[in-house]
Formats: sequence, structure tokens, C-alpha cells
Amino acid sequence: MRKVRWGWVVVAAIPTIFIGYFFVYPLLRILGLGLSELSIGASGVEARLLRVGWFTVWQAVVSTVLTFLAAAPLTWAVSTFAFRGRRVAMALATVPFVMPTVVVGTAFVALGFQESIVAILAAHVFFNVAVVVRTVSTLWSRIDPRILDAGRVLGASNWQVFRTITLPLLRPALAAAASIVFLFTFTSFGVVLILGGFQYATLEVEIYRQAVTLFDLPLAAALAVVQLIGVSGALYWYSRYQERTAASWTLERGTNLRRPKGRTRWTVAVSVIGSLGILVIPLGVLVSRSLAGAFYRDLLTDDRVAGSPLASVGNSLLYATMAMVLATFIGVLAATVITERSGSFSRWFDLTLMLPLGTSAVTIGFGFIVALGSPVDLRASYWLVPIAHALVAVPFVVRSTVPTLRSVPSETREAAAVLGASPFRVWREIDLPIVTRAALIGAGFAFVISLGEFGATSFIARPNTATIPVMIFRLLGRPGTVSFGMAMALSVVLALLTAGVVLAIDRARFGELGTF
Amino acid sequence: MLSVESIEVVIDSKQILGDVSLDVADSEIVAILGPSGSGKSTLLRAIAGLVDLAAGDIRWDGESIAGAPPHRRDFGLMFQGYALFPHMTVAGNVGFGLRMSGIDQLDQKVNEALSWVGLEGFGPRQVDSLSGGEQQRVALARTLAPEPRLVMLDEPLGALDRNLRQQLVTDTREVLEQREVTAIVVTHDREEAVSLSDRLALMRGGTIVQTGRLGEILEDPADDWVRNFIG
Repeated sequence: MRKVRWGWVVVAAIPTIFIGYFFVYPLLRILGLGLSELSIGASGVEARLLRVGWFTVWQAVVSTVLTFLAAAPLTWAVSTFAFRGRRVAMALATVPFVMPTVVVGTAFVALGFQESIVAILAAHVFFNVAVVVRTVSTLWSRIDPRILDAGRVLGASNWQVFRTITLPLLRPALAAAASIVFLFTFTSFGVVLILGGFQYATLEVEIYRQAVTLFDLPLAAALAVVQLIGVSGALYWYSRYQERTAASWTLERGTNLRRPKGRTRWTVAVSVIGSLGILVIPLGVLVSRSLAGAFYRDLLTDDRVAGSPLASVGNSLLYATMAMVLATFIGVLAATVITERSGSFSRWFDLTLMLPLGTSAVTIGFGFIVALGSPVDLRASYWLVPIAHALVAVPFVVRSTVPTLRSVPSETREAAAVLGASPFRVWREIDLPIVTRAALIGAGFAFVISLGEFGATSFIARPNTATIPVMIFRLLGRPGTVSFGMAMALSVVLALLTAGVVLAIDRARFGELGTF
Repeated sequence: MLSVESIEVVIDSKQILGDVSLDVADSEIVAILGPSGSGKSTLLRAIAGLVDLAAGDIRWDGESIAGAPPHRRDFGLMFQGYALFPHMTVAGNVGFGLRMSGIDQLDQKVNEALSWVGLEGFGPRQVDSLSGGEQQRVALARTLAPEPRLVMLDEPLGALDRNLRQQLVTDTREVLEQREVTAIVVTHDREEAVSLSDRLALMRGGTIVQTGRLGEILEDPADDWVRNFIG
């Protein structure tokens, strides 16, 4: 005879209602609108879908391949050798990854890349090298070197050892990295919007154009449906490879890195410095070109058309704070529900929560436009932007806090209960203090995500409530060197803010269990 | 006094306890003795309210408490691994139960409980800086501090090495008797069971096979298994 524990119902209801109303409901409306548009088969829809869909797919595939090629030297170096500055090298390689898309887009424009496929691909590679380096090196550096030695003794050359032994062993990590990079480039929005101009559009960009510029919501919805299918496929593939890890006997506990000797030292040096140099150039150029003029001072003056850059900084910081509080609150509640023992509900809940992560911010923003007009018109609400940001950030908070919550043995909670603590007090006295550090890290993630968020915000930001990324995009769209200079300067400001918060998170992170 | 009446506990479709009955009189210490897997810990958890009963009843002074949640039973349970709260000091741990019932003069009572187990002055210490023996005593103090009407100890000395155990057996028994605590102690060690308790209950395969003083059981074992186990 199960007693209904009302406390749990309330705890589970809050995140459920939040995700249900702001994510699932808009998603269903999009599906409905898009599927009916597809079934009508209005002329031109199919052709357009195919064209855009095809472009999205092949640029994602090419981006992924190029990323792997570009990341190979650095990955090889950090996976095989221990050298001074190895950790710094990995940290530097990760910097592009955490940068907001508008910053990267602006940096590449500053480099001289205009509307071209080369620009898009280069920017994608820039972003995602870190994913490959980190994902693959984690596994590669742990391969037992004696297996490789055995191959050498049996007569295999270095290349043959790599091809026939190392590569097959690396397959799970390679597949995982490939699916992540594919997912990111498939759903690429900011980069393609800025660097693709009118010529090139991925599904995300086309959804934006149709919905916001041309007001053809049904067509945009149809595109969103196609995109959802693609994303689900990639996510499914990713989850399959996530389960498989290398056979445990092939791995050694701890890493097996040796110091490079002789000529290899030069190869390693060239690989590392060369890769990092290439990664550093775009941001370096952005900074230097932004200083070539009074652009930072210009940011302080309001523009009649574009608005006030200074106000956008204030807006972004305010939204980020609101989104951080909201995402942390919802995320901690959701993590509590997920770690509660009652099996199937929490697993189903976990899955639903992770969906915003893979679905893409554009779909979230578009969903708001489609669904939140009635019964109450929330589309002009000030809260809409923080809510969208919070939706994107909740999965990160959850992934940060769930492992820590899970590490609390059930006996500790039981001891508290026997000593007289009601279920609520158990949560407040035991779970909450233990999870606070992990929750703060999750909160930090939420803040950073909100600062750089562009995909969803571009749909719902109002003229006077622009965020920094939106303001940068507006400035890029205006002709003239002054506007462009201001865009660069503002991008640097955003880059510094982002780097600052990420650094703070990383220092707090030392010793936490969070995944990601 | 505690009355466990023919309780049955089923976990994941497996019957862990079947038709278990036990009485514990006020200020009596009963040791539940049996091999691992016999269901001893589950019995304590059932009495504490951490697992549901599939059948049977548990009464205190005649009143059924089977429906009460653990935090309302006013029972104490010392866990096998101590389950100390890692994010609190010794004083925080020991005072936890007192804080839950909203008792005043908290510090005074905490220091009192610490003196029962010989850990005066340990209040501000961090839990992870304690030795095994000290942790055991903190766990005991935490269980005794709120002065619950029944105290249950699950393998209280199991995690300690032999020398420490000898010493703590005497100390633990002394504390329990001094406070006139009604207690159930679970152990798989025969000597410990005899040293810590007034009466034994032998458990095997999820049921209590025989109860009584050691002498009585030795004189008249219920079956061959008991004779081999206790002899």
C-alpha cells in the first residue's frame, strides 16, 4: 500500500510544469503546424526543404571531417606525451569552444572572411577542435601502452600500430566526438547567420528567416520538424556510443604519457604550438582590430537605430542573473526528483529534461512565438528571454548536480529520518548543503550560457531589450566601419565576460563530480 | 515495551523476514544473533519504519506504530557504517536529533551526550578527521542524545579491529546500562552478543528460531542448527 507523498508531488510538479508549458507545449504546437504544412504539400515547400536540408547535412559532415583533421596533431600530442604546458594547451584549445557564436562570427568577419562556405567551415572547425581533443584524448591517453608494444614487437611499424591497434580501440571516443561535432554543426545558427549571408542557410537559419523576417510560420514549422528528426537521429547515435566504452582490460588506471625524445620533440612542439596558434589567431585579430579606433568609446553613446550598446550590456547581465536563478532553482528540484529512488518516473523525467539540450535554442525561441500568444500573450513579456535562457541551461544544472546527489548514501538520509527529520527537513539538512557547491557550478554554467545565447533570443528580444549578442548582430548588419568596429569592440567585451566567468567556474570545479 | 508481532517483509519479490515475533521489555537489552543474510538488519529497519511491513504489526506499549513514518517513532538506530553526516561537525551530528525535536539548551545536552561516550571536547571536530573508534562513539552518542524510547544498534562494533572491539564492548554496555536504555543489538559475533545483552534472539533465514538467556539456550537448543551455532 503506497502512501502518496505530497511533498514529492509538489517538488516534481514545479519543474514538470515549467518544462511542460515552456518547452513541450510549444514543441507540440510546432509539430502540429509543421506536419500539417508538410502534408498539404504546398508548392515549393518540398524543394526548399530539400535544398536547405541538404546543405545543412553536408556542411555538417564536412565540418566534422575537417575538425577531426585539424584536431589530429594536437590530439595526438596530448594523448601520447607528457610535456610542460600540456594542461595549459588543453585549456587554451577549449577557449574557442566556450565563446559565444556571435563573438566567433565577428572574429571571422574581422579576419576578412565574408559570405562564404569557407568561412562557415573554418568557424566550425575553430569551435569544435576542443570537443575532439578532449573527448578522444581522454580515452587515448589511457590505452595500455603494452598492447601497442606487443604490436611493435610482432613487427608492426608505428603507422601500422596506429591504424590496426590504436584506431580500433579509439572507436567509441571517435564516434562520440563525431556525433557531438555533427550535432553542433548541424544546429549551427549564429555562425551561419553571420558568415553565410543570404546565400547559405542551414535549417536553423532558414527557420529564423521564415519566422522572423518573412512571417511564414507554417513553413518555418515544417523546417523545424525536419530539423528535429535530424537532431533526434544524431542524439540517438550519440547515446548508443556513450554506452559502449573500451574493454576495461585495454585501459590502465591513470594516464600513460611519456616524455617526447629526440626528433619527436620537434614534432610535438610544432603540433601543439601550431594548433594553438591557429586557434588563437581569430580572437587575437578581433582584439587588435577592435583597438584600431575609438570603438570602445563609441559603445558608450546611444545609436538612434541600433539602440544603446551600454544598455544591452546591462540587459544581458540582468537577464543572465534572472536565468541563473531560475535555471538553478528548476534544475536542483529536477535533480532531486531524478535521484529519488522511484525508478521509471525519474528516468522518463531525466530524458525529457535533456531534450532542450539537443533540440536547439532556435526551436525554443521559435516555439515561444508560435505557442505563447494565447491564452495569455506572453510574447512581449520581459520574462521571456530569461525563461528561454533558463530552458537552455537547466540540463547543464541537472548534469552538474545529479552525480553529487547520487553520491550521498541512502543511509545518511535514513539516519536523519530516524533522528526525527521529516522528508522536507531531510532534504534541507542533508541534500541541500551537500549539493550546494555543485549547484553553484551549475548556476555559473547557466550564467555563461545566458550571456552568449543568441539562437533563442534572436526570436524574442524586443528593440529596447536587446542582449549583447543581439546588439552585436545588429551592429554587424549596419554598413560602415564605425558600426563594424563597435561590433568588434562589443564582441571583445562579451568574450572577456565569458572567459572571466568560465575561469571562476573552473576554479570552483576542482573536486566536483559533475559530468561535462 | 516493544512488541513485534509476526511481521513479514518482502523486498523486490523476495521474502526477507517471515513470521518474526519479538518482545523487548523496558530497560532490557536484547541481542539478535545470526549469520549474515539472516535478515537481522532488515528487522531493525522494519522496526525503525524504513521498510514497509507486508504483514504483521509492531506495537509500543500496546499501541500500533506500524503506520508511523520513521521520523515520528522516537526510536534510535545506529547504522552499520555509522552514516555520520559528512558536512557537519561532531557537535552538529550529535545534536541533530535534539534539534529536530526542538529542544532548548542544545549545547549542554550535546556535551552531556559526548561525555557518556568519553568524547568530551570533541564537539568542533570534523567528522572525517576521526579514527574508527571515535566515529563509532560519535555515532553512538548521536543515537543516544535525543534519549529515544528504543535504541537499535546494527553491528555497532563490526567495523573495528579486535583490540578496539574488546575495549568498546565494555564501554558500550556500560553506557546502555547507565542510561537504562531499552535496546536491541544486532551482531553476528557470539561473544559480543553475550557481552552486550541480557537476552539473546537467534535468527536464521528471515525468522527468529529461539530466544532466551545463553544458559537456557545451551541447555535446551531448539534444533540442531542452534546447537551447532551457539555451541
